[in-house]
Amino acid sequence: MKVLQVVEQAYRTLVEEQDDTILWLTQSMKGAGADLSVLLAGHCAYYAVQKTRQPALKIGGWQQQEPADIVRDIDQLLGKGVDVYVVREDLEERGLGDLPVHAGIRVIEKNKIHELYEQVDQVWQW
Amino acid sequence: MENKILTFAFMDPPFENERTVTFFRILDAALDRSVNVRVFAYEGAAALAFSKQQQHGNSVHGRDLQQEQHPLTKDWIAALQKKAQERQLQFDWVNCGLCVDERGVMESIPGCGRGSPADLWRYASEAFNTLAIGTR
Repeated sequence: MKVLQVVEQAYRTLVEEQDDTILWLTQSMKGAGADLSVLLAGHCAYYAVQKTRQPALKIGGWQQQEPADIVRDIDQLLGKGVDVYVVREDLEERGLGDLPVHAGIRVIEKNKIHELYEQVDQVWQW
Repeated sequence: MENKILTFAFMDPPFENERTVTFFRILDAALDRSVNVRVFAYEGAAALAFSKQQQHGNSVHGRDLQQEQHPLTKDWIAALQKKAQERQLQFDWVNCGLCVDERGVMESIPGCGRGSPADLWRYASEAFNTLAIGTR
């Protein structure tokens, strides 16, 4: 069975979980033998052009040591053989269309998304 | 043989959000349709089965604890477990263990176990389909 993880809620849990919780879930399930791919849609298109780690949180005397690192997490997904896609129109709508996309992420037009859906058995919309 | 298993991956916590109520109504409806149910409770949903949830009275409503019968998600899960048992259906529930730890909700009601994303993949692989309901 193959599943497409559609991730569109950007920056959800990044501060307190120190990762995007669905990218983490994808890595974890991949380690358990799952056959998965990822589509970055909506605001998550920003993940495809992100270059830096998240800023560390400081509250009172508490200082975060390991803020989320989306660039590293996407590298790890790609390294494990998870195909990662981003929607071209979602990049363009956010003024990100001219920025270099993370190496290995494939840019897909909105009218081609159905082809991705047809390649998998299930689509999980997060 | 028709596969009548549905898997649900759910992320929302017990209160403050209508998705949680809707999620439970969907589970109830699935049992009505003789569907075996499997739930992977992720992130805030790991607290849905927390056994130390407690009802309270409500002086604004003018009702004591018994009269108020305040809804608790652990009771909804128990009710669905009972309904499934009466209908000879499976109702499996696993909490993301790391999500349980970070929230301190280790004590789940009976029948709700501790697991990992590998359990979600196993549930999904055996199901007819999977519904992922993420926090918004």
